[in-house]
Parts: sequence; C-alpha cells; structure tokens
Amino acid sequence: MTTAAKTNVLNLSTEEFVHPGNRACSGCGLSILYRIGLKALGRDCIFVVPPSCLTVMQGLFPIAASQMPILNGTFASTAAIATGVRAAMKRRGKQTQVVAWAGDGGTADIGIQALSGALERNEDIIYICYDNEAYMNTGVQRSGTTPQGGLTTTTPYGKKEQGKNLPEIVAAHNPAYVATCSASYPLDFHDKLLKAKQISGLKYIHIQTPCPPGWGCEERMTVKIGKAAIDCGLFDLYEIEDGKKQLSEPSRKLLKKAKLPSVQEYLSMQTRFKALSDEQIAVMQERIDQKWADYRQEFCAE
Amino acid sequence: MAKKVALLQGNTACAYGALYAGCNFFGGYPITPSTEVAEVLSEELPKIGGKFIQMEDEIGAMASVIGASLTGQKALTATSGPGVSLKQELIGYACIAETPCVIINVMRGGPSTGMPTGPGQSDVQQAKWGTHGDHPVIALVPASCQEIFSETVRAFNLAEKYRMPVQVLYDEIVGHMRERIEFPEPGELEVIDREAPSCSPEDYKPFDPSNGDVPPLAAFGSEYRFHVTGLNKAADGFPTTKAELVDAEQRRQLRKIDANIADIESYEEYQTDDAEVVIFAYGSTSRSARYAVNELRKEGVKAGLFRPITLWPFPEKRVAELAQQAKAIIVPELNLGQMNLEVERVAKGACEIIGIHRVDGEPINPGQIMAQVKEVV
Repeated sequence: MTTAAKTNVLNLSTEEFVHPGNRACSGCGLSILYRIGLKALGRDCIFVVPPSCLTVMQGLFPIAASQMPILNGTFASTAAIATGVRAAMKRRGKQTQVVAWAGDGGTADIGIQALSGALERNEDIIYICYDNEAYMNTGVQRSGTTPQGGLTTTTPYGKKEQGKNLPEIVAAHNPAYVATCSASYPLDFHDKLLKAKQISGLKYIHIQTPCPPGWGCEERMTVKIGKAAIDCGLFDLYEIEDGKKQLSEPSRKLLKKAKLPSVQEYLSMQTRFKALSDEQIAVMQERIDQKWADYRQEFCAE
Repeated sequence: MAKKVALLQGNTACAYGALYAGCNFFGGYPITPSTEVAEVLSEELPKIGGKFIQMEDEIGAMASVIGASLTGQKALTATSGPGVSLKQELIGYACIAETPCVIINVMRGGPSTGMPTGPGQSDVQQAKWGTHGDHPVIALVPASCQEIFSETVRAFNLAEKYRMPVQVLYDEIVGHMRERIEFPEPGELEVIDREAPSCSPEDYKPFDPSNGDVPPLAAFGSEYRFHVTGLNKAADGFPTTKAELVDAEQRRQLRKIDANIADIESYEEYQTDDAEVVIFAYGSTSRSARYAVNELRKEGVKAGLFRPITLWPFPEKRVAELAQQAKAIIVPELNLGQMNLEVERVAKGACEIIGIHRVDGEPINPGQIMAQVKEVV
C-alpha cells in the first residue's frame, strides 16, 4: 500500500480555493468536502462536473464560489468528458490532474456506463462521487444509492430496493485505487486525495455526504450523522489498492469493539427513515452484524 | 352534484389527467421542471394497482414505457428538453414499432442544460424532427392547467387510436402555475383504448395493413405471439428489405396522420372573424396574446388570436385562410424563431409574418405583443 501523509488542523494548508459564501444549503456536507478536498488537489487540477448540487454550489454569475477551471458537462457523460480532457492534456504534455466530481445520480444511475468505460480503460483521472443518497438538486428523488426504506418524493412509501454498493461495483473493475470517505472525516478525504494524486490510472473515491434537507435532520447534525453511520458499522471507510482492502482508522477501530451501537440510533436521527418497520430495521441490523463478522475474520485473522 | 374542484399545479393536473385516461404505468427520471408529474404518480399509481418506476436514466425511462405499452399497459413518461434529446432514438422506435405511449415535455430553455428552472418553447420543432427518419408526429400544446388535464387524456386517446407516441409540450410557466381545476366526472371525457385483434392468435399479424392503416395491437406476451423490431418490417413483424414492402410500410405510417387530420387537429380562435392582425400563439405565450387582443380591441384595433392546441400536425388549412384575411400574423414564442417558420411556409407570402422571440427566461408580456400589432396597423 502507498503510504499517505497524515494531515491535521495544524498542518492543513491555509490556502483557499473556494471563495467564502456559496449557494449550498446550510449544513451541506458537500461544501465541507469541496473546500478541504481542493486544498489537497491544489491549483494544478481541472474539474469535470455533471448537473448536480455541486454545479449549484459553484454559484451564479457574478457570485462564483470556486477558483478552479470547471467543465460542467451533461448528466450522463462525466467520466467520458474527463477521458477526452485527460487524453488532450497528455498530448499537450501537461500533468494537470483531471478530477471528475459527480453525485450519486450522475455516478450510480445515468453516469454508470461512462464510468464503467473509463474504469475499463483505467483512465488516469480521479473520480469522486459525493453520495448524498438521492437526487437532492432536483428536490429529493430516489437514486440507485438511496437506502432501502428511505423516503424520497418518488418513494413516498419507502424505497423497496436495496441501494447499490457503488464502491464495490467500481472495485470489480479492478482500478488503480478505490477509497470510501465521509463528509464527517474531511481530513481522511484530504489525505486519500493526496495519495490518489501519486497513483496513475483511475482513482475512485466514494464519499457518504449527509444532506440535511434530503435526510430530514437539523443543519447542525451533518457531521454527527455521518459519524453515526460509521460508528454503527453501516458505512465503512476503506481503501482498495492492488485488489487488497484495508479499513481506514474510523472503521478499523470498530474491529476492537465487542458490540457496535445499533443502527436504530443512526436511523432515528433522520426523518427519511420513519417509514421503516421494526422488521426492516432488524434485517438491516442483521446485515451489518454479518458484514462485521466477516470483517473480523478478514482483518483479525492473525 | 357539484364537481370536484381543486387548485392544482399544471404538472399535478397532468398526472391526474393521465390517471383519468387509464394510465397504469409510469417510467421516468427526475428532471426539472417536470418532476412533479412523477412525484404525484409515485404516490397515486400504487393506490390503483398501477406501476411507478423511477428508471436509471432518460433512455431507460422511455424504453420501459415502450416495453410496458406493448405488453398491454397505458404508459407515460415525463421529462424536459435534455431528457427528450436522450429519448429521441426510442421515440423513433415507438413510431416504427407502432407503440402507443405519451411523452410529457415540460419545456425549459436550451440547448443542453440551458436554464432548468426557466420557461422555454424551444422544443416545438424538435417534437417534429427530433428523431431520425420519416415518422408520424402528434404534439399537443395545452395552455392552462385545466387544458393540461384534458389534453393529457386526449394524448392517450390519440396514442391508443393511432398506435404511436404522442407528445404533450407545455412550457415551465404552465407546468408550474396553479389554477382552479374542475375534475371531469368519469365518462365525461372520452377515453379510448387500443383496438384488440378480432382474429385468432394463429392468424394474427401485428402490422397487417389489409384492414386499415392502424392494425389492431395484441398484448405482447399474450397468446398472440409476435415479433417486434426497429427494422423495417413486414406485416408479421419480421424484418424485410423488400423495396415495395418497406415503401408501403413507411407511407402507411405517415398516412395515419395525413388521413385523419380532422380528428387530430384542435385549435381555438378568439376574435379572428374580422381580425386584420392575427396573433399565432401557443402555451403560456397565448395567454399574453389573449390579454393583448382584449386591450387592443378596447382601442379599436382589429386583433385576433389563433391558438393551436394540436401543434403537429400543423393546422395548415386554417392558418393559410387567416393569412389571406390578415395584414399580418404575429408569432410570439419563447425561442428564437421556430413556429414562425411553419406559419411562413403555410402563408406562402399572403401576408407579413412577424416573430416576437424571447429566450431570456422571462415570459413574453402583453405589452410587447401590443406594440408589435400597433406597428403593423
């Protein structure tokens, strides 16, 4: 595994690439990620972004939030546009980092074909999916990653299907690097980006991104909810390099715990889960317990 | 008994119109400014045993509608400009496979992402020419919430009757405004279902032209077993490259429209009897135009409004007559000149055609139209 820097609030770069004030909703997990992520990516990078909350956040003329060159493409084409940009950059002899940054709809649903193609070609780009688990920009419709039972405006009785496990789908393509992150651990995201920059080929980073209006919680709860998802073992932070999976610290420390907090605590922090029945919650808990039993076998073998 | 009334948004009216028409399948994808159609149906369709599916993208949404319709459901999708662009290949497929379905296009600015929350009327030519190849086209352009309801019903009727996709286009202003709606009683509006085959399954040919231009459609997957393809096909549905069959097939498709203009056509005229200046306007723009006509009449100006409700096929005959009668036809549209070209083509130089075009995300106001009319008279 490639070793990475360990950034903390004291040595985090003070240079800002995001202007103060943007059009994100208050409490937006994405705005944390965007600000801290750009510090890791630095000035020598360019972005490809599909229609998403991120395009809204960038602002309307003349009030723009970002200092970076951004190509706002069409919904289905993020990884494909990035492919063209990357190829042209290489031909021009430039090492500029090409970063595709899309939401869960633009990645798991309409954009998955373009992403899969780029993965197969192992394009030398960083692809970031900020997953707020529904189409938030258009007013909270279900997406491929909306969790089972989740209420959205197009699942008024709760989503029947399980959400896609996108990082695992990506990992099945065997790209150079896969990592999961959380908006609640922005420095973990920062350092994984630093690492991704050192690796050639496609680097995929998937971030669980709490969304107060979409998830039904107070704006001040964003970070707490993201942490709760990890603490109960529902969402895991990990990296996959050369096909080898390794849990990141916030998740790795759970291996030592005999019992994790129940998923119920996480679910009850958000109104989007209020249609879940006790049986559904029990099934969800069983899946988490099984996953961690498997993790203990996998990571605590010695 | 008093009718049920409600204050509804245009998109909500569309959803209830679809339910009135017997829609029992919706396949869609979120896109502003049409998403409310999906949202309402996600709640209402399960209540009547219908199926709502949010698909993985716009292409999937259109494809699911075709699959569901061929298999015997009344199927709907709703989208906006970028979504319609993605659906185009399948709209052509629905034409050649003669699959009844309804596509709602709540128009915003374009091209591409354009102005998602602003109004536009920039897809009116796309509705006719968007998919490749010669194909029949029906497009309806309602201008009020009540009319969105009734035109959605009519769209289903025309789709079922002529076995083809029907598009309903209304701009974001009509889609998002709220008006009082009277719900028609069951039976008050005609509801047409596709003609089922009267022959035995063994004798059934899905595209047999011998009994008229619209062959009956059996439910795919029923005891009527047949082949469906996007290739040019013979009467039994299998592909053919025989010149005379391909030619006859394509001409029959267009004849479904050309031979039934009177049935499909729909328009409204307001104060056109003695009009010296006729305003040709559709959708939200026609509401400004009607206001302008009223104000101009007060000032003694002989202005009138011609409002197409069926935009395609184009109301050629009547527009040509009005061109003979009027000094000028004014065409206000939220695009940079689309239907004015069609009006020009039909008028054949009989009168002046003047476009008023706006693509800045703002509506065309009555004052703009009045000023143009006064300039003419």
